[in-house]
Amino acid sequence: MEHYLSLFVRAVFIENMALAFFLGMCTFIAISKKVETAIGLGIAVIVVQTITVPANNLIYTYLLREGALAWAGLPDVDLSFLGLLSYIGVIAAIVQILEMLLDKYVPSLYNALGVFLPLITVNCAIMAGSLFMVERDYNLAESTVYGVGSGASWALAIALLAGIREKLKYSDVPDGLQGLGITFITIGLMSLGFMSFSGVQL
Amino acid sequence: MAKPTVKEVLFNPVFANNPIGLQILGICSALAVTSNLQTALVMSLALTLVTGFSNLFISMIRNQIPSSIRMIVQMVIIASLVIVVDQILKAYAYGLSKQLSVFVGLIITNCIVMGRAEAFAMQNPPVLSFWDGIGNGLGYSVVLLTLGVIRELFGAGKLFGVEIIALAKDGGWYVPNGLLLLPPSAFFLIGLLIWALRTWRTEQLEKPAFRMAPQVVEKEAY
Repeated sequence: MEHYLSLFVRAVFIENMALAFFLGMCTFIAISKKVETAIGLGIAVIVVQTITVPANNLIYTYLLREGALAWAGLPDVDLSFLGLLSYIGVIAAIVQILEMLLDKYVPSLYNALGVFLPLITVNCAIMAGSLFMVERDYNLAESTVYGVGSGASWALAIALLAGIREKLKYSDVPDGLQGLGITFITIGLMSLGFMSFSGVQL
Repeated sequence: MAKPTVKEVLFNPVFANNPIGLQILGICSALAVTSNLQTALVMSLALTLVTGFSNLFISMIRNQIPSSIRMIVQMVIIASLVIVVDQILKAYAYGLSKQLSVFVGLIITNCIVMGRAEAFAMQNPPVLSFWDGIGNGLGYSVVLLTLGVIRELFGAGKLFGVEIIALAKDGGWYVPNGLLLLPPSAFFLIGLLIWALRTWRTEQLEKPAFRMAPQVVEKEAY
């Protein structure tokens, strides 16, 4: 249990997707002007990440890894080069299915998330979650925890940034830095702050 | 809109419509791989080629793709190209590919590739789209290489791993700025780069969301 807890804490704070690895930056910067929308997107990312990382873990373990096809009588087949293609396929498919399910059964949530769901397919944080999972050899339970944690880390970061940017619009920024420029510098300062977590040993 | 020429699509994205500076695309990898010049160079090459060829192929079949599944089709084409790049790197530059770790794979979700496929290749003929892809790749490379040079030269005193400035700890005169090797410095540098670019090209300035009203009467304010 402790192992999973420390994995979760590490995924949220020390290895923060947005502020330590700079993943999902495009949406991170584009959709962080308002706190409400940022939180909506954050929740959507947590949900998708929680489903896709374990799903990709299953695919990797039972279909792609070297020797994974032993159950089908093909112990020498190594399909791991197809990894990138299958992960992105799984992510796109899951996002699509999620969108349809939510539309049918939980329309209120669908309306709240609506615009953001399709955007998530091209969010690098989701893809990176799956790739890190493969690189670090997580098993199914670990990858579930990692999925939740990394999703939460991204959501936390975007909510924080949106909070700062909402205040920032009242400040007198030099012309050339207006908008994108000052946002980058803000994120830089935030990520410096998050670096203080990197000293934490778990 | 007038028909864009090859020269326009090739060189416009470099400064006038830079994917990172103005279109806010493809920032993720720009930050993570620029702490030394070599990875930055490999990454720029990989991305430029992938963008160029994905634009070429998508544009070739643009009239056959049903619009409801175009995202998936684009994804498959891009992912296949990235797999090729990934496998080539693994075969010929294994150390580098370990260093780049997941970031080669992340070219798939790099918004530049998707963005250009969607915005340009779906409407334009193949050759023009190819050059548009290469041009946007170049715009990305310019930013990446600038960051790579600054970060490696002033952070470690080296370029491509070769010592340029003699470091203080080896009896030279330069005390390296360790912050530049840390990830946050990339954000500061991009921020400053955008500032410089927009001071030069003032048409790229963003309107402030909120303008301070001039102070009414100085006495009353206190």
